Amino acid sequence: MTPALDILGLKKSFGGVAAVKGIDFNVNAGEAVALIGPNGAGKTTCFNLINGQLKPDAGSVSLFGENITSRSPEALFRAGVARTFQITATFATMTVRENVQLALMSHNGSATKVFCFATSQHAARADVLLNDVGLQSQSSRPCAELAYGDLKRLELAVALANDPRLLLMDEPTAGMSPQERDGLMQLALTVCRERKLALLFTEHDMDVVFKFADRIIVMNRGRLIAQGRPDEVRANEEVRKVYLGSTHV
Amino acid sequence: MTALLVQTLNGLAAASSLFLVAVGLSLIFGVTRIVNFAHGSFYMLGVYIAYSVATYFGNAFGFWGGVLAAGVAVALLGVIVEVAILRRIYAAPELLQLIATFALVLIIKDAALYIWGPEDLLGPRAPGFTGAVEIFGRPFPTYDLLLIVLGVAMLFALTTFIKRTRFGLLLRAATEDREMTDALGVNQKLLFTAVFALGCFLAGFGGALQLPREPATLNMDLNIIADVFVVVVIGGLGSLYGAFVAAVIISLVKAYCIGLGNVAMFGVEFEFSKLTLVAEFIVMALVLVFKPNGLFGRPFSHPRASEVIETPIGKPSNVQYATLLVGLMLAASLPLVFDEYTSVLATDVLIFALFAASLGLIIGTAGLGSFGHAAYFGLGAYGAALAAKAGFGFAPSLVCGVALSLTASIVFGWFCVRLSGTYMAMLTLAFAQIVWSIVFQWDAVTGGSNGIVGVWPPELFSDRDNFYWLALALCGAGVLFCWWIVYTPLGYALRASRDSQVKAHAIGLSVMRLQWAAFALAGALGGVAGAIYAFSKGSISPDVSAIPRSVDALVMVLLGGINTLLGPVVGAAVFTWLQDTLARSTEYWRAVLGAIILLLVMVFPKGIVGSIQSLTASMKKRSAA
Ligand SMILES: Nc1ncnc2c1ncn2[C@@H]1O[C@H](COP(=O)(O)OP(=O)(O)OP(=O)(O)O)[C@@H](O)[C@H]1O
Ligand SMILES: [Mg+2]
Repeated sequence: MTPALDILGLKKSFGGVAAVKGIDFNVNAGEAVALIGPNGAGKTTCFNLINGQLKPDAGSVSLFGENITSRSPEALFRAGVARTFQITATFATMTVRENVQLALMSHNGSATKVFCFATSQHAARADVLLNDVGLQSQSSRPCAELAYGDLKRLELAVALANDPRLLLMDEPTAGMSPQERDGLMQLALTVCRERKLALLFTEHDMDVVFKFADRIIVMNRGRLIAQGRPDEVRANEEVRKVYLGSTHV
Repeated sequence: MTALLVQTLNGLAAASSLFLVAVGLSLIFGVTRIVNFAHGSFYMLGVYIAYSVATYFGNAFGFWGGVLAAGVAVALLGVIVEVAILRRIYAAPELLQLIATFALVLIIKDAALYIWGPEDLLGPRAPGFTGAVEIFGRPFPTYDLLLIVLGVAMLFALTTFIKRTRFGLLLRAATEDREMTDALGVNQKLLFTAVFALGCFLAGFGGALQLPREPATLNMDLNIIADVFVVVVIGGLGSLYGAFVAAVIISLVKAYCIGLGNVAMFGVEFEFSKLTLVAEFIVMALVLVFKPNGLFGRPFSHPRASEVIETPIGKPSNVQYATLLVGLMLAASLPLVFDEYTSVLATDVLIFALFAASLGLIIGTAGLGSFGHAAYFGLGAYGAALAAKAGFGFAPSLVCGVALSLTASIVFGWFCVRLSGTYMAMLTLAFAQIVWSIVFQWDAVTGGSNGIVGVWPPELFSDRDNFYWLALALCGAGVLFCWWIVYTPLGYALRASRDSQVKAHAIGLSVMRLQWAAFALAGALGGVAGAIYAFSKGSISPDVSAIPRSVDALVMVLLGGINTLLGPVVGAAVFTWLQDTLARSTEYWRAVLGAIILLLVMVFPKGIVGSIQSLTASMKKRSAA
């Protein structure tokens, strides 16, 4: 079976700093994979390379067998890639619902219409998505007023608006309480299983990682140092060494 | 061949002053992130002060003392300006800062008019450097040779100063990384003031050195600032070497253009000596396409507190519809109540309301800086006037004007949306200057500085009241369209690109294309305003696309309140009324206008409508609590 996401020899450096030093991995449809590693390991850079925000120095990214290396984020959105950001990115001057509506408009190719009201577009679908992530009561609030955890939820709703085949989530639960974390990840996992989408997420909370990931990929200083099922990774010497003192694996 | 060498030397001599002024602006920008429009005014003051000192003493001491005194006096003035004004607006949005420094331009211009009068003042020649030496069989002024040497010497002096001294270290640190300066525990305020003073010294000094080469005039300020922007952008903001290299490039391009004179190409006669400005801006546009941060520049982080005061928009409410209806009815009945003069003034208000609203679309909704919106106003006006002169009817002439500005905004916009932040804003100014210089210098077609006269609407609309109703219909429709856009998916997509560019990309929006569309749309609407303007005045001059016209529009938008629907309209009304009243009551209306703008920027940074909105919002909150 062709993997949903296939990465080969991906490399990226910033000036003199090599952030990603040639890594290979893949994610299958319907599979939830966690990409973990200490701060500065290169996880976010990997995400940026996959969704086209950065162009790799070398290597390739394939989506269901199709080479998508160096395509623009817009093109990749249309190809079914959605992502959330480590530092939440939302449209602060719009309401929560409008954020989702705009993503839906873009998904349906109607984001440049000029003969209708934006707020009349896809309102019902937006409410369903907001309901899924538990933001229904906040849908009319300006996004700028939202708590950090709620912004993370909104990001997920916006990402799901694209009906993605590949979902990248960069630290989706940062700033949330343990219960909220489980709720959000459970939702992501359900979508992943039901719609057979490939889910790749980074996370510093090891409880979340071991609870929700089918497979774990460990990075350190731009290199992939281990990958496998959670129990295999847990037993890995090198992983233990990297995480020693910071987090208990 | 010798002609080429002589032109090269000429160019290098001109580069020295330009370098000094540009490096001053660049250093100030690097540290304070302020684009100082008034830098050209400081340069102009340098020329005037040097003139006064030199003619007062009348000897070598007077001349060289004057050059030094000009630098020092301008630096002192800079300290006052920095402490009294700029210090209060470092955290303000870029456009407000720009408006504030433009207010200074107005004030300094009138101050110079008051002190030195309107006549051009021809300075003395430099004692000891009045002669010429023979180079390749041609006489070359020794003063120009001195300037070349001085320019290079100043480059080395500044480089050494910045490399070797503690002040230089701090300056570099502040340019490269704001937070690092905080961490160094520097007295940031002092550093900013010192850098500003240094930049002003260089401007005054550079101006004074020009005294033997050109007379002191009151329009030196905006002429040099356009050149300086070009130099700084080509070289890279904040780069010392960049300023030098770019000053040389620009001066050489100009010198060669002048040297070429008239050349026939493709059967058309080109007067290259009159195309200097155009050539300069084409070089700039080309550099920016390949090096979007200039030759030596790095991308700038813009940690600016451009607080977005906009609240979610949604759909227009019934109250808004009702207000609109009442407003339209009041506007339509205006000529029935007031005299003809009011109709004339109100027509101006309508035209500028559309001009400002179209600019609001770019700087508000799309969040892009534009310093050069007058380009499209001017092209609309000239397009319509030229078509009318060529025998087209009224409506076709208007269409021609709009088509011209739409074409220009599509072409210019393509370049502009490829850049970001300050670079983009400066490029818009450069394009406006290209338009201005073509209009100003292409005598045969545009009538040069005299402009075009006798552009009259048909019989029916020669009545002032009828013309007012026509303007109300056309400009009103334009303004309504600007409002309408905000509520549509396109408006939302534009705001999304502004609020978070990465996110906009990530949800599949082609940010660059959206911005390009906004640019084109705003340009076309600005062109509508310009085309109607031409017929309302009956005559136009290159002023329609000059820098002050662009800044007027910015002032109107910011005065009314950016990101408010009513803002541009209210701003246009208040500004037009204010300008009319001031111009009729004092010769120094520019200075008064400048002072009022400064006050507004510092006291009501949200503009009139914005301030009222915040006030009502906070009152609502209080009554709810
Ligand atoms: N735009 C950039 N310019 C320069 N260096 C960068 C840039 N982005 C990332 N880096 C560097 O690349 C390395 C990897 O950063 P990255 O953000 O990918 O790490 P990460 O694994 O996501 O870390 P964290 O867990 O803290 O989010 C770091 O050393 C970082 O400083
Ligand atoms: Mg990261």
